[in-house]
Amino acid sequence: MTHQLLLSLTSGAFIAGAAAYLGTVMLSKKMAIVAGPLGHLALPGAALALVYGFSISLGAFPFVVAGIVLIWLLEIRTKLQMEALTAIVFATGVAAAFLFLPINKAEAALVGDISKVGIAATIATIVLSTIVFVVVRLCYPEIMLMSIHEDLAKAEGVRVKLYNLIYLSAIAIIVALGVSLVGGLMTAALVAIPAAAARNFSRTLTQYGFAAGAFGVISAMVGIFVAAYSGLPAGPLVILTSAAIFAVSVPVAKI
Amino acid sequence: MQEVPDGPGKILLEVKNFSVTLDRTPIVRNVNFRVQEGEFVTILGPNGSGKTVLVKALVGLVPYGGELHWYRKPKIGYLPQGLNQMSVRDLPLTVKEFFRLKKVQGAKVLQYLSLVGLREAVLEQRAGHLSGGEFQRMLVAWVLASGPNVLFLDEPTTAMDVAGGETVQSLLRDVWRDQKLTIFHVTHDLNIVFASSTHVLCLSRVGKPCYGVPKEVLTPEILREVYGAQIKFHIH
Repeated sequence: MTHQLLLSLTSGAFIAGAAAYLGTVMLSKKMAIVAGPLGHLALPGAALALVYGFSISLGAFPFVVAGIVLIWLLEIRTKLQMEALTAIVFATGVAAAFLFLPINKAEAALVGDISKVGIAATIATIVLSTIVFVVVRLCYPEIMLMSIHEDLAKAEGVRVKLYNLIYLSAIAIIVALGVSLVGGLMTAALVAIPAAAARNFSRTLTQYGFAAGAFGVISAMVGIFVAAYSGLPAGPLVILTSAAIFAVSVPVAKI
Repeated sequence: MQEVPDGPGKILLEVKNFSVTLDRTPIVRNVNFRVQEGEFVTILGPNGSGKTVLVKALVGLVPYGGELHWYRKPKIGYLPQGLNQMSVRDLPLTVKEFFRLKKVQGAKVLQYLSLVGLREAVLEQRAGHLSGGEFQRMLVAWVLASGPNVLFLDEPTTAMDVAGGETVQSLLRDVWRDQKLTIFHVTHDLNIVFASSTHVLCLSRVGKPCYGVPKEVLTPEILREVYGAQIKFHIH
């Protein structure tokens, strides 16, 4: 195994594991699909990064944060449904990206490119993914209670605004990291598919979180490994691997 | 929420000229009442009369106008409207884990489950797979596990069949008596008012709110005003 492949596998496994664990909360809050538009909104940032030659995740992050703040403000101001707002944000992100994204570099922005990740980026990815995982794990009871019934959580003393901020920050970091692994088009799949497969296999919350993280890591490692020896892009292979796990989970779904 | 630690007698809560306006629409207008410790207050009224909003304001979830004095420090337990087994149907969440969400574990969980007549075996069951009645009993145990002295229950038996609803009502009466709680219970059901309540607070969309002992307050005239139509009710 080459040094580069090891870096790619490590980065991919950490991103996908943390994304899938976060996905269990997003699925419960019926917000998994929100990661999609946010990934799309990251496209202009990814385009800038490709044009000026810096990390895609670094370029994506401010755009994702801006997207989250924009959706939050628009919802307060207009009272429009989250679906409508995310659709607006999605279209804006894609349109802005294609305005100045060089077409020969479009693939990396759209489907990700983890194959050339460096040592510094790998270390940053490990640190950020671990922070997201630990923070989500610590806040899991409160966020889960909020997803069951927000007023129940408030009455139990959960500071809903604070936990929503933590939760949205975790999404912003994961989407920004996810763009480098699977691109701006498929970030929703990175959080949604392993979590959905895990839900089908699980009877308890503990199993749910553990299985989602494991499916995320397995998908990333298989996808990146196959990509390294087939010459195909890793992003789509990661998503297809998790889709295959989901397909296996369907007949045994615990509903 | 203003707290007055040394109030008169055993009065727990006093509400004066209380109103709630949401999105510039007045929902609750000019409500006045005093509740003593240990009362079982039923909040009665038709749809749209502001029962749920009033309870949310009393619990501290929405802003209000007027005065709200707690004469003793309340430790509030609240079961909101619409919380039933369907709320967790899609979630792989066992009863044991549901208690763990509020950091209650071990023997304490068993103690409260047994209080509401549920067996230890339900601990490992998925909360969303419980029957409507079992889920509501589990919720009562869940909310009691924090050791509240005031309970706000917003239509806890609405989605249940008659038999299941009666079991939960009877459980609430037992819990109220044994745990020496003050309960605020939102319902449409006049039977509950006469069977369980020491006091009733009635809200209507048009008329004046009323408060008092059910047999004194719920005259045919008041019921007509509250429900806006001719209504007959026989007390057995």
